[in-house]
Amino acid sequence: MTTATATAAATAADIRRPARLLFAATIVLLCAWVLAPIYLLTVNALSSPDQVNAFPKSFVPGFEMGSITFFLQFGGVLRALFNSILVAGITMVLAIGLGAPAGYALSRFEFRGKGTFRIMVLMTRAFPLPLLALPLAVMFIRTGLDDTAIGLAIVHTTLALPFAVLITFSLFSGIPVELEEAAWTLGCTRLQAFYKVVLPLVLPGIAASAVFAFVISWNEVFAAAVLTIENRTLTAFLLQNLDVSPLHLKFAGGAVLVVPALIFIFAVRKYLFAMWGIANR
Amino acid sequence: MAEISIRNVAKRFGDFTALHSIDLTVEDQEFMVLLGASGCGKTTLLRIIAGLETPSQGEVWIGGRRVDHLPPRQRGIAMVFQNYAIFPHLTVFENIAFGLRMQKLPQAEIDRRVTRTAELMHIGQLLKRYSGQLSGGQRQRVAVARALAMEPDVILMDEPLSNLDALLRLEMRAELKGVLAESKTTTIYVTHDQVEAMSLADRIAVMNQGRIVQAAEPIEVYRNPAARFVGSFIGNPPMNFLPARKADNGSWQVAGVRFDGPQAEREEIAFAIRPEDLHPAEDGLPAKVRVVEPLGPHVLATCEVEGHLFRAVLDSDIRLRRGDTVKLAPMPQRIRWFDPESEESLQPHR
Ligand SMILES: Nc1ncnc2c1ncn2[C@@H]1O[C@H](COP(=O)(O)OP(=O)(O)OP(=O)(O)O)[C@@H](O)[C@H]1O
Ligand SMILES: [Mg+2]
Repeated sequence: MTTATATAAATAADIRRPARLLFAATIVLLCAWVLAPIYLLTVNALSSPDQVNAFPKSFVPGFEMGSITFFLQFGGVLRALFNSILVAGITMVLAIGLGAPAGYALSRFEFRGKGTFRIMVLMTRAFPLPLLALPLAVMFIRTGLDDTAIGLAIVHTTLALPFAVLITFSLFSGIPVELEEAAWTLGCTRLQAFYKVVLPLVLPGIAASAVFAFVISWNEVFAAAVLTIENRTLTAFLLQNLDVSPLHLKFAGGAVLVVPALIFIFAVRKYLFAMWGIANR
Repeated sequence: MAEISIRNVAKRFGDFTALHSIDLTVEDQEFMVLLGASGCGKTTLLRIIAGLETPSQGEVWIGGRRVDHLPPRQRGIAMVFQNYAIFPHLTVFENIAFGLRMQKLPQAEIDRRVTRTAELMHIGQLLKRYSGQLSGGQRQRVAVARALAMEPDVILMDEPLSNLDALLRLEMRAELKGVLAESKTTTIYVTHDQVEAMSLADRIAVMNQGRIVQAAEPIEVYRNPAARFVGSFIGNPPMNFLPARKADNGSWQVAGVRFDGPQAEREEIAFAIRPEDLHPAEDGLPAKVRVVEPLGPHVLATCEVEGHLFRAVLDSDIRLRRGDTVKLAPMPQRIRWFDPESEESLQPHR
């Protein structure tokens, strides 16, 4: 009996071993795919211009802040940085302001077309933005929204909204309805129960999805480049100017762009899993 | 004054009917226990009374006021949820105080009530903890304390003691009953523990598949089940049933023995007797012993009468062995009869 089980287990392990190797290899490859460019970017951003242009490349940063400092003093960078933060901030407020109520409704109420609605929310991400660029630009010029922070933020909100809806949907679904019901029987109105019981429990998750919306806007370049001229965001600004800049400045620009996004995403990674229903990892 | 009156209430979830036309009146200050198997609709009925579920039809009245269109907070009720529903972001103290704070009571009064109910439920030492730091039974007691602290007219409890160990349960049961009687609260208490039901209830409402089969005093429910289901659900071991064939002049033939029975226009009805209402006698029903379980003062004999399961609780002096055939005679005044189709009692009710 025991030997039989042991043999069975052994065969199972034999079958599983190649599969597991493949799995591990895939993970290493994916990590390298993401990490190698980030590593090189950081190394080069923190090196002096000479080191950047030298060959063979050094894999250890020189810890020279020269490039970064120069980059930050470059005309218009700080303005673009401010625009980026402003647009991302508005996007964050709009995405959560609109997305959280939708997520709550999805998690708490039964209504016709609920399943379709959830799919549609995701589908909006499948619609290519370049296709919309021209009509959008025309419409924005007509309404006077072109080249404004709020105009760009509205476009970014449409990009961030699906995620805001899905993440908050999953957050609210994680709060048992009984908690709200208990609050109702203890004298709360629906609204009171929401902010006394549900809100404190979902606040960390809401903050996380707000950060995520922020990062989506921060990273977006296409709409930003098309819809702004004077008030460029950092991404659009870099796209325009770095083409003609020396190599070490490109690296510094790239690092300034990528690193905040990375830190933010890393901080809220737990809640991004929640979007796919793998809560509490 | 808080009489609860449920009139012709039904609840459908899509195609599934969870409650069929329920009529039930709970008197002011009465302790009503809802008893029934899992899934029979006890929680659903409680939620309708609380206003957490809208009935598909019918009316709910509390204290002479029709409440079915009022939100839960305006119904003057407090509820203990089957799965506790303790707020995880608040301490035990704040959980119990939650409803009192909503009523804007002075802090001194809040302190007094929280301390008193917490002491009562033996959780006085846990007031600073969060629900994540409590055991299941402790959480359950917080839920009960939170409802008691409200001092409501009506308290609805959904299996509030199900997670406590036997000893604590016994103690809590007695205390709950005392407190609720003293505070003149009308109580509806859901359980599927029949001992708990018997010991607490002024009246028991036995539910089966979305219907109230019988609502009566515990002893009445036990002695005179209104339907076969009640007899087979209540009592441990439950009632025995045997088929009875019509014999001449109003008597019925059960396993070759004749009994006087009800007048019925049927060829066959069901004969029923509780296991403890049997004793060995020459003119009894022939029972083949299958299993003998000594229970201390009694012995539980699981037998077969004409191929039907038949249990008897007998005096432990009686020597029984597997395979024996004993003659077991029922106490005549304890015999009950049921219609085989409607399953209703054929006994005139006293
Ligand atoms: N929201 C719902 N949608 C569909 N069916 C439901 C819903 N709520 C309850 N039911 C069904 O109604 C029936 C009664 O449920 P209810 O929760 O009232 O049972 P219960 O008597 O409290 O059982 P238990 O003793 O297990 O708690 C069950 O069959 C259940 O599946
Ligand atoms: Mg239940």
